[in-house]
Amino acid sequence: MNERRIAPDAVCVLERQYRFQWEPAQESFVLLYPEGMIKLPGSSGEIMKRVDGATTVADIVRSLEQAFPGVDLRQDVLDFLEVAYAKGWIRSK
Amino acid sequence: MQKVGSEANSVKPPHWVNAEITFRCPLHCVYCYNPVDYTRSGPELTTDEWLRVLRQAREVGAVQLGISGGEPLMRDDLEIMIAEARRMGYFTTLLTSGVGLTEKRIAAFKEGGLDAIQLSFQDSTRELNDFLSSTRTFELKSKVAKLVKQYDYPMVLNVVLHRLNIDHIQAILDMAEAMGVEQLELANTQYYAWAMLNRDQLLPTREQLRRAEEITNQFRARVGNKIKAYFVVPDYYETRPKACMFGWGSVFLNVAADGVALPCHEARMLPGLTFPNVREHDVRWIWYESAGFNAYRGDAWMNEPCRSCPEKSKDFGGCRCQAYMLTGDATNTDPVCDLSPNHHLITDVVEKAQSPEQPVKVHPIVFRDDKNSRKLSEPNRPETAPAG
Repeated sequence: MNERRIAPDAVCVLERQYRFQWEPAQESFVLLYPEGMIKLPGSSGEIMKRVDGATTVADIVRSLEQAFPGVDLRQDVLDFLEVAYAKGWIRSK
Repeated sequence: MQKVGSEANSVKPPHWVNAEITFRCPLHCVYCYNPVDYTRSGPELTTDEWLRVLRQAREVGAVQLGISGGEPLMRDDLEIMIAEARRMGYFTTLLTSGVGLTEKRIAAFKEGGLDAIQLSFQDSTRELNDFLSSTRTFELKSKVAKLVKQYDYPMVLNVVLHRLNIDHIQAILDMAEAMGVEQLELANTQYYAWAMLNRDQLLPTREQLRRAEEITNQFRARVGNKIKAYFVVPDYYETRPKACMFGWGSVFLNVAADGVALPCHEARMLPGLTFPNVREHDVRWIWYESAGFNAYRGDAWMNEPCRSCPEKSKDFGGCRCQAYMLTGDATNTDPVCDLSPNHHLITDVVEKAQSPEQPVKVHPIVFRDDKNSRKLSEPNRPETAPAG
């Protein structure tokens, strides 16, 4: 496996040029930035909703597992946050 | 929502609204893309009219809002529009020259929820050759740049390049670095409106372009990720047209100061089309039903070589306005394309531009101001419908 930059006790926050919101016309969560929009459908939106600059990665996993019981989401969360980090959407506080 | 049986079935909602809230501007840029006859456009939309349009566009699905002009800071209700747009859920970018951007106003914009500022470097004096050394301009820019950073906006600096300033590229890059910008857009002039009038004066030589790109590449190598520098080549030097507006009536809705809704900044010039005014129609009807917005959707309108070209879904035949301006028929292939039978209309101009002499002798450069606009509004411009 690649070296993880997002540790379970990390707290992530959106980079300042991005705004996260529910977009009714897209029926999806999105990230907005100057002149662009990234759709975050399904679980990616649910994860990003919890990236608030206060909640740890482990707590994001716990919160999601409460909302969607019976599914092991730990790996999904880590994978998504890795991608979000690599794309410069979020940083670790 | 969308009407069954109409073309609207395949039409996606607008994504980007550009609100040209005023044509008033303290600057007189020779490359301005506002219509040359802007002085005969009707009265500006009121605050309430703008808010209604923004609300309607948002309901249809628009999410990005650009507030531009003219100089949008000329309107003192900008604070209200920004705050209301934020409440509606827009991601709002203010496109400004910075002239008139005081700390009081930028603080109010921040408070209202403005998301981004694109600051453009302009020729604020008529002394084009001196514009980079103009102490007044540099100090103004530095002050505004400092404010933009102080209020924690991502800083995008836009510099329009042309024959008369492109050789100052090193000084422009140094200035951007000194200002601490995060993104720099080196946008070569596109030849519409005022820039079209001044094309002979503004089109750079091939050698000028080559040198500017080389210096920009050296700059990129030195500063790395610190500054993202984009260099946009003028399409006259390309062999395939730009995917103008990502397709006609596809994502972009321009609303001009007088309320005329357009699929691009320049479309008002096209003959035989009437574009609806937001004072008379709602945005949903304008976007899905109006003849103007449907005119060049899809590919049924295309002539050869576009009609049978495998690249038509990539560049949509280029720019309708450029096709009209250069060939007299908006349904022709954009002559930038080297498959166009009219491509020589581009290459002839490009070849003429290779002379190292400044072609000011041809005719004097035309500044964008009210006096010139009134002159250009008068005779034999029947293609532009009088407003109001």
